[in-house]
Amino acid sequence: MQTLALAPWLVATPSLGAAILLLAGRRTDRWGHWVGVLASAATFVVGLVMLLDMFGMAPEERVAHHTVGTWVDAGALHVDLGFQIDPLSMTFVMLVTFVGTLIHVYSVAYMSHDLDRRRFFAYLNLFVAAMLLLVLADSYLVLFVGWEGVGLASFLLIGFWDHERVNAVAGKKAFVMNRVGDMGLLVAMMLMLATFGAVDFETVIGASAQGAPGASQAVMIAIGLMLLLAACGKSAQFPLQAWLGDAMAGPTPVSALIHAATMVTAGVYLLVRSGPVLEAAPDAQLVVAIVGAVTLLFGAIVGCAKDDIKKTLAASTMSQIGYMMLAAGLGPVGYAFAIFHLITHGFFKAGLFLGAGSVMHAMGDTVDMRRFGGLARLLPVTTITMGLGWLAILGVPPFSGFYSKDKIIEAAFMGEGWRPWVFGFAALLGAGITAYYMSRLFFMTFAGRRRWASDGPDAPHPHEAPALMVWPMIVLAVGSAGLGFALNVGDGFVHWLEPVVGHTEHHEPVLPVWLLIALTLVLVVLGAALAFRQYAMSAVPTTPPHAHALVRAARVDLHQDDVNEALVMRPGQYLTRALVYSDRTAVDAGWLGLAGGIGRFGDRLRRLQSGYVRQYAAQTLGGLAVIAVVVWLLSGQVG
Amino acid sequence: MTASGGEAFLFWTLAPLMVLAASGLLVVRKAVHAAICVMFVMVGLAILYVAQEAPFLGVVQVVVYTGAVMMLFLFVLMLVGVDSADSLTETIRGQRWIGLLLGAGLAAVLLTVIGRATFRPAVGLADANAVSNPVALARVLFEHYVVAMQVVGVLLVTAALAALVLTHRRRLGPRLTQRAVATARVAALAQGRPLTPLPAPGVYAQNNAMDTPALGPDGRPLEHSVPRVLRIRGQERSATAVLAAEETLVEHRAAAAELSEAAELSETARTAGSPARTPGGEEHR
Amino acid sequence: MELTNYLGLAAILFAIGSATVLLRRNSIVVFMGIELMLNATNLVLVTFARMHGDITGQLLAFFVMVVAAAEVVVGLAIIITIFRARRSASVDDVNLLQS
Repeated sequence: MQTLALAPWLVATPSLGAAILLLAGRRTDRWGHWVGVLASAATFVVGLVMLLDMFGMAPEERVAHHTVGTWVDAGALHVDLGFQIDPLSMTFVMLVTFVGTLIHVYSVAYMSHDLDRRRFFAYLNLFVAAMLLLVLADSYLVLFVGWEGVGLASFLLIGFWDHERVNAVAGKKAFVMNRVGDMGLLVAMMLMLATFGAVDFETVIGASAQGAPGASQAVMIAIGLMLLLAACGKSAQFPLQAWLGDAMAGPTPVSALIHAATMVTAGVYLLVRSGPVLEAAPDAQLVVAIVGAVTLLFGAIVGCAKDDIKKTLAASTMSQIGYMMLAAGLGPVGYAFAIFHLITHGFFKAGLFLGAGSVMHAMGDTVDMRRFGGLARLLPVTTITMGLGWLAILGVPPFSGFYSKDKIIEAAFMGEGWRPWVFGFAALLGAGITAYYMSRLFFMTFAGRRRWASDGPDAPHPHEAPALMVWPMIVLAVGSAGLGFALNVGDGFVHWLEPVVGHTEHHEPVLPVWLLIALTLVLVVLGAALAFRQYAMSAVPTTPPHAHALVRAARVDLHQDDVNEALVMRPGQYLTRALVYSDRTAVDAGWLGLAGGIGRFGDRLRRLQSGYVRQYAAQTLGGLAVIAVVVWLLSGQVG
Repeated sequence: MTASGGEAFLFWTLAPLMVLAASGLLVVRKAVHAAICVMFVMVGLAILYVAQEAPFLGVVQVVVYTGAVMMLFLFVLMLVGVDSADSLTETIRGQRWIGLLLGAGLAAVLLTVIGRATFRPAVGLADANAVSNPVALARVLFEHYVVAMQVVGVLLVTAALAALVLTHRRRLGPRLTQRAVATARVAALAQGRPLTPLPAPGVYAQNNAMDTPALGPDGRPLEHSVPRVLRIRGQERSATAVLAAEETLVEHRAAAAELSEAAELSETARTAGSPARTPGGEEHR
Repeated sequence: MELTNYLGLAAILFAIGSATVLLRRNSIVVFMGIELMLNATNLVLVTFARMHGDITGQLLAFFVMVVAAAEVVVGLAIIITIFRARRSASVDDVNLLQS
């Protein structure tokens, strides 16, 4: 590959942008955001050149490595700072840089009134750089650097408006929960090092693909579960999902970036990349699928009850990533679809978030959907772009989501025994619920009567966003509409990924394909119709009405924070307190007592030092007398 | 070998006296008395050395200790102040009892050890001293201990130098020449200081001492005629005090004389008398 | 008379000397106590020389005397220096060893 040497520039360019913006300081305040956009766009161009180069090659030659130099050379551990360029990583590069650049452009307008816009762009660039390093790495250790970089950037961006305590707390929550996942990745790497003696993809995955000779099944399950833990932390999967909702505290473009292009997709990437490792441990793979299915339903249920437009979208992300995890847990048959859905989801979710940002922009930063309504006429472009995203996520043909999500549902129905039925119906049910809550969001926002205060000093005056915000939304909407079809022509995308995830024989699902499509569509239509009846046809109360227990639970994220607090935080606090108490009472008291005892003894001893020579002489003579007596006694005994 | 009867007599005469003198070291108040006690002990030791077939050491003991060391002590006592009596009250709590106990304990331990030890029969130095004691000593010294002797010599020189250095006073001002002193005297004349040498202390008919001031032409005592050291120590006496002491003495003697006279008178009355004597005759001698 | 009587005398003199060091405050008298102890030792040496028929004991006593002379010179010089500085010959006044 001729353009292989460009690979480091994919990471270097946005890093350079971030460095310039952070180091040059306030001097760049006036034009710094354009540096950020330029860095991101240049990265996209570099990625595009490499992609075109890759298109010109035979599929077998598309996997290439570029080593910059030795990074770690410590005895048995040898890690190069290397990049792996293959269809999978290039797919991510394109997604991250393209969507990222659009979000950059959008942010120029969205953040125009913010004093710290330059810093914001620096962090965005850092985010992109970290994500690119993550997807381009050719070993788990280099991946881990990007992994941590993504965590850092998300912490900085979620807590960007840290003058408000809530935002800072949200940033910290995301950071801490991510650390839990990072521990998983670290342990997984240690296990790999112990088992395979290396942490680069080639060795680890190559060995796993051959059934991991020399590694016991227990170790492989442990590695798989640890990788899953890492993915759960980064991708907000059950049980580490709690940070995602709070992450909405960041500016809306950050939410778009986190949910569409970077961060949450990292977990899916990790699992797909480590596919052979999971295949070597079927039990772990099953857990992955279960986690995906649980999260899928969890997110969907939470999404139904949220009135905050961004939190609804966040719950939707959780649910959609659950689909991808489910696909990744299904084995080789699902990898390509997981990535496929990730791409289309990246587009329509970014579009939805940017649309939500546009709505908030119009409504004076209100996020309560019960205060929206009837915005379709006032915000026509936003309505259309969000509408396309809505149709895409619902899976209505021929929009993007149809091609990716239906494939996952199809794949979920493949297999033997109880699994296809459980996973398949979970996916099917999820699709129906998704249709309900996304339609609810759409109708509550754009349809019905307007529910915001029309007069008064704080009354919003809804207006369409500036061009810089609108155009990225339009581009993303076009992507949401057509990308799925484009990529699906002749199973193009699946073949494109074959050099990485491998070729799989076609399996037939346990139910006929046409029946599945029909079932899905029926459920989607039912869900959308229910939402239409509830939120478009009838009046929406501006305060949440009293509801039954499930809704109340869903409103508080199914008590995820309470569970976390009760299961982890409280016991942890009690443990810490107990440790501190025992440290104070036992350890400290012991040592302090010893020190005090020595001090008091020394104090007594000090009194012997009167400074009077005669007393010293008396002490000397006393010692002499004692020695004389002892010698005498001893000699008497011996002699 | 047991000592001869003469030696035993010498020992039993000297030893108690020496212990007594040594104990004086513990109880006498004045340092000079203590020095005399020590001298007695040392001379006693010299005698015992001679008795113990070590005549050379006996002589050296007298020369070095009583002759040199104790003289040095006395010199230093003069410098420090002969009269300064040492209070025997103990200031450190418990020190007296601890000291006495330790001293007694040490003596007890040593004596017990000596008493219980078994010694080989004593040989005596008759053989070793065959060529006379000093010659025998010199032979051992210059045959086996030459280096030690040299080192001791170096030590002595060092000690002498150390004493010089320690007692050396650094000159703080310029050296006072006779001319400078004369000039200063003349210059101080304007402030009423005397130009002449200071008057000598009092010299009286019945008393002349450094501690009594002389009387000026006007009959007043001249304070600066007494040496400065005595004034600072508070040891000077005024002329009147001397006079008062004289008068007390006169009265005392007169009273004594009268008493004896009365006695004599009564005696005379009984034995029909003898001539009376004048009371002042003796005391103004 | 046994020669050990001399040793007993030396022991008593030594004990008295040590008690002097402990009990007297005048530094010169203290110093005399030290001299007394040295002399007591000399008596022991001389006595042992006689008991063993070896004149080396006397020689050692001789050395002790010489060293004692040197010691007295330096010691008295120190006493004078202290007296000059502090106008006192009491060993209790020199308690700077404390702290």
